[in-house]
Amino acid sequence: MSHVSMSHISNIYRLGVKELWSLIRDPTMLILIIYSFTAAIYIAATAMPDSLHKAAIAIVDEDQSPLSQRIVSAFYPPHFNTPSMISLAEVDPGMDAGRFTFALDIPPNFQRDVLAGRSPSIQLNVDATRMTQAFTGNGYIQQIALDEVNTFVLRYRNTAPPPIDLALRARFNPALTPAWFGSLMEIINQVTMLSIILAGAALIREREHGTIEHLLVMPVTPGEIMLSKVWSMGLVVLLATAISLAVIVQGALRVPIEGSVMLFLFCAALHLFATTSIGIFLATLARSMPQFGLLMVLTLIPLQMLSGGTTPRESMPVFVQTVMLAAPTTHFVASAQAILYRGAGLEVVWPRFLALIAIGSVFFIVALARFRKTIGTMA
Amino acid sequence: MSGLGSTVTTAPPVTPRMTAPVARLQDVSLSYGKTLALDELSLDVPAGCMVGLIGPDGVGKSSLMALVSGARAVQSGQVEVLGGDMGNKRHRNEVGPHIAYMPQGLGKNLYPTLSIEENLQFFGRLFGHSAAERRQRIDELTTATGLDSFLERPAGKLSGGMKQKLGLCCALIHDPDLLILDEPTTGVDPLARSQFWDLIAHIRSERNGMSVIVATAYMDEAERFDWLVAMDAGRILATGTPHELRERTNTTALEAAFIALLPEEKKREHQTVVVPPLADDENGEIAIEAQDLTKRFGIFTAVDHVSFRIRRGEIFGFLGSNGCGKSTTMKMLTGLLPASEGRAWLFGREVNPHDMDTRRRVGYMSQAFSLYTELSVQQNLVLHARLFSVAEKDIPARVAAMVSRFGLGNVLDALPSNLPLGIRQRLSLAVAMVHKPELLILDEPTSGVDPIARDNFWQMMIDLARKDRVTIFISTHFMNEAERCDRISLMHAGKVLVSDVPAELVKKRGAATLEEAFIGYLMDADGQVITPVDAPVLQTAVAPETPSSAPRRQRFSVSRAFSYTLRETLELQRDPVRGTLALLGSIMLMLIMGYGISLDVEDLRFAVLDQDQTTLSQNYVLNLAGSRYFIERAPLNSYAELDRRMRSGELSLAIEIPSGFARDVKRGTPVQIGAWIDGAMPSRAENIKGYVQGMHQGWLIDVARHQLGQDISAAATIETRFRYNPDVKSLPAMVPAVIPILLLMIPAMLTALSVVREKELGSIINLYVTPVTRSEFLLGKQLPYVILAMVNFLLMTLLAITLFGVPVKGSFATLSLAAFIFVLFSTGFGLFASTFTRSQIAAMFVAMIGTLIPAIQFAGLLNPVSSLEGVGRLIGQIYPATYFLTISRGVFGKALTLSDLHASFGPMLLSVPVIIVVSIILLKKQEA
Repeated sequence: MSHVSMSHISNIYRLGVKELWSLIRDPTMLILIIYSFTAAIYIAATAMPDSLHKAAIAIVDEDQSPLSQRIVSAFYPPHFNTPSMISLAEVDPGMDAGRFTFALDIPPNFQRDVLAGRSPSIQLNVDATRMTQAFTGNGYIQQIALDEVNTFVLRYRNTAPPPIDLALRARFNPALTPAWFGSLMEIINQVTMLSIILAGAALIREREHGTIEHLLVMPVTPGEIMLSKVWSMGLVVLLATAISLAVIVQGALRVPIEGSVMLFLFCAALHLFATTSIGIFLATLARSMPQFGLLMVLTLIPLQMLSGGTTPRESMPVFVQTVMLAAPTTHFVASAQAILYRGAGLEVVWPRFLALIAIGSVFFIVALARFRKTIGTMA
Repeated sequence: MSGLGSTVTTAPPVTPRMTAPVARLQDVSLSYGKTLALDELSLDVPAGCMVGLIGPDGVGKSSLMALVSGARAVQSGQVEVLGGDMGNKRHRNEVGPHIAYMPQGLGKNLYPTLSIEENLQFFGRLFGHSAAERRQRIDELTTATGLDSFLERPAGKLSGGMKQKLGLCCALIHDPDLLILDEPTTGVDPLARSQFWDLIAHIRSERNGMSVIVATAYMDEAERFDWLVAMDAGRILATGTPHELRERTNTTALEAAFIALLPEEKKREHQTVVVPPLADDENGEIAIEAQDLTKRFGIFTAVDHVSFRIRRGEIFGFLGSNGCGKSTTMKMLTGLLPASEGRAWLFGREVNPHDMDTRRRVGYMSQAFSLYTELSVQQNLVLHARLFSVAEKDIPARVAAMVSRFGLGNVLDALPSNLPLGIRQRLSLAVAMVHKPELLILDEPTSGVDPIARDNFWQMMIDLARKDRVTIFISTHFMNEAERCDRISLMHAGKVLVSDVPAELVKKRGAATLEEAFIGYLMDADGQVITPVDAPVLQTAVAPETPSSAPRRQRFSVSRAFSYTLRETLELQRDPVRGTLALLGSIMLMLIMGYGISLDVEDLRFAVLDQDQTTLSQNYVLNLAGSRYFIERAPLNSYAELDRRMRSGELSLAIEIPSGFARDVKRGTPVQIGAWIDGAMPSRAENIKGYVQGMHQGWLIDVARHQLGQDISAAATIETRFRYNPDVKSLPAMVPAVIPILLLMIPAMLTALSVVREKELGSIINLYVTPVTRSEFLLGKQLPYVILAMVNFLLMTLLAITLFGVPVKGSFATLSLAAFIFVLFSTGFGLFASTFTRSQIAAMFVAMIGTLIPAIQFAGLLNPVSSLEGVGRLIGQIYPATYFLTISRGVFGKALTLSDLHASFGPMLLSVPVIIVVSIILLKKQEA
């Protein structure tokens, strides 16, 4: 390796500027970037409904008492659909066909037994194949139904409230608004996806147009070519991220950001170093744009789904958790969550940053080696 | 057979009779966007003879041929072929089987991964030949063309000449009455070229009455044709026999005749190229020297021990066909490719890819135009000057010099893609010259450029060589260009046959022209001369009642559709990336999604700030720590620590127990336990909230009973039955849902790609010009992907049962039936996506967006359709994925069978014909 001199730096700079020009004159890519950082984020943030939204519930009222009527009328939108009143025989077919997720069965003589202190029980059937609603819904229904029973009972006898209270507070997102989470995680996904696409496509475009050949006969080294693509495409994504964060997330979606945006962008830059290298690596494996697209599908989905940005890392098998420590997205998601939601500073996230630098360097070196090796067959 | 000249069996000269013309065009115009390709052109093409369309690239020859063959739709004017209007669909269908069309580009209508045999079989099937008939025809054609000994070789690995022969065989397999050949010999070596024309002549002599229309850029070839049409700028300059054209213009060669026919303003730019002799100093400096340069790719030797020396200021030419090793040799000299063997020197320094100084002395222009089309002319020049480290202050002057020298003054701000080819070529040369190199390596710089621009280009190079003493190393396949070089090397199959001054070569060989001399050397080198035509070709063809000419049109031919199925299957087998994705993609993604979309929230880290430190407070903590949901971490000592550890994400839950807790509980004084949940991930936080509340309630009852001896039994209880998935685990819920998504996305993507690939690579032309119908084409291509998707379905089900441990509780037959119907839809959706996309990338995007988003967001994967609102709900209700999801969950988790689920089959069954019919309607049978 030759030492870094002025001409290296100026070549890297010039070639990078050239990439930016190419991008400006490529309307498809521009539209893709703009869409990914505006509409896609807005949609992802707002499309995510609250965890219990219009849940389908059916009630079998075998009691037909004032108390059972009270319970029925306690379920209403937006958390629940207006309950459909069914007979006991309709419970199984309805649940089988997936017409409702919850079926509440109020037994005969329920009110009488309650007042007699016999503590009767209501049966709640939950379609547990609908994971997202099953668990939370169960909690809500229990609480709603029992509240009704208790208020009803209070009119007739006086019992002491439980002496120990639990004060539950959610930190960092007090109302647990899904948009706060959805919008920022979507930005993170877009950063990963676009940087891989842009860097990889920049190389494949050069090959398809035959310009890579041209570059390689000039006094320019493969390392310079690669670095120029890393910095230029990384910069584009970083700028788009910053703008989207300010305009879409903080502006249109009104999501408060607790931590330092600058620290987050620094973290994104480290992440981009790794992902642009991955993009270039994939581009050296693929022989054409379509092949690159297929490879990307296979790479991007695990990078995004197993990073901890979609579902909590704790719930993945240990093996998956360990393997994913080698993926830059895992560390990016973790530090981004820490910085943006919890306002963590450098003193908290620095180990993640070190991991990102290490992973980025490894990917860069591997991609460069592979790039050097394949330029013969590319030209 | 001593020389090929004597074996040429030229067809008996046909004087164009004034019988009905084979094709008649009247006021035909054609434009692509803003570009006018044909401009109110009228022409009668005489029948039964060999008609040549001459003119450089881009004058409208290909457009004219595409119109006559029916591949392209008529925009305005009237095109009559074989006695009927080509604008009329019925006539087109009728005459289609009598026309054969070989598009421009080596092997454009062939399938590169298929062998010669497989290609021919495919075309034979398209025309409905029986197996025996196909065998006979293929044997005859391949024997006649000398391809019979290479039947197993993939078309992509054939030489240019062989590809064209195969293309011809494919075109002739159904005995056409009209054969249309678009530049069939461009880039083919002279021997193969001459063999090709002999073959055509022979076929015509046996099959009287067959009309042939040929486009060519080689004027010397056109001398052989019966009748010529000279074209320029979408119009016809002149028509007539070659003799008539020469006579009319008072010239001796067709090329000169063509230039004479051009309009005045174009001719004005032209000047005859004169090459001043090279100042002859034998001891002059050597610019390039190569010794035994060899390049192997695997077992294939592309360049075989090539040696030469080029003196400074010399114009040295490499003459040879496509794929003979010219470009590879040049790439080795530039350091682009490492040599497998042998050495080379530039200016006395050995070629070394890391030698930046030598690179600054060399200018290189590669075969295809390869400048940045997104940068303007000026930006291209400046960028290259900078990259070659021209001093910043010298750049404006240098760029200005190039601009004036190469006449680029009025296109400075234009983008190269908007410029005509001739100017682009000049720009390439200017860019290669911007750093004042001493050596120019030019790889076929003039292919596709019209004769005038070519001559101007040569004039510039000659000036560079003679005035500036720039050494020029150029490759070409044009004979008249080779004649202008100081010395040339004839290359063939990786070897240099001979190097000398062009005139010397002609003299040594005793030949009349350089071409003849080259052919002589080629025949010596090959040893075995492929005897072009001994056996009569096309016996079947001579018989007029061949089955293929009988009316075979039927609405839907299973065999034609099946020929596409067979071909698609072979191609898929030979494409590693697509094959892997098709077979392993869904397995891989299922593993990822099965583990990735896990909604189980377990092993949550929590810590306690216990300010009470009594048995009761410890009992409370134990209650949490003992559950499978929570893992206790080191206790907290202060609020600051609580804050820090929550910010870092270490703790998902922090519990604070106040001092005096146990005392207050005993006394019955109200007391409060604090719980902080990390709300960063709202769905996880909701779950934690539920867990904590539940455990708190449980603990309260427990404490009341055992420790305080009170009975605070509730007024009523609720018994929850989590049905179908009693443990409320993610896997049994997610796995049956992931299968529909993967059965949707991947088959749709692959099917879409399979159609759009044909558009991108050009083989879609076979849909336009063969009798295959749109439905045969689409359904034929769909079938292999349906089978593949079903295999994937079985694999995924197996994976679900074994690895994920999610058993199929209900009727497997019901599930399979539903999967089959669903896969018909998803591959149909791929076809639909392919009808309106042109590039493979676009097709992939459309297929992905069109499947993933509705399937994940609206089909009930996470939130049931009944919970959705507005448009999302509507999409969810009509999208078939919704119903397959219900069936999959029903069979897997709820032990259901067909009788329980029949209601979900209806909408799916309906979607299949809808999507397929829409695709067939949207697909075009002609290029628009």
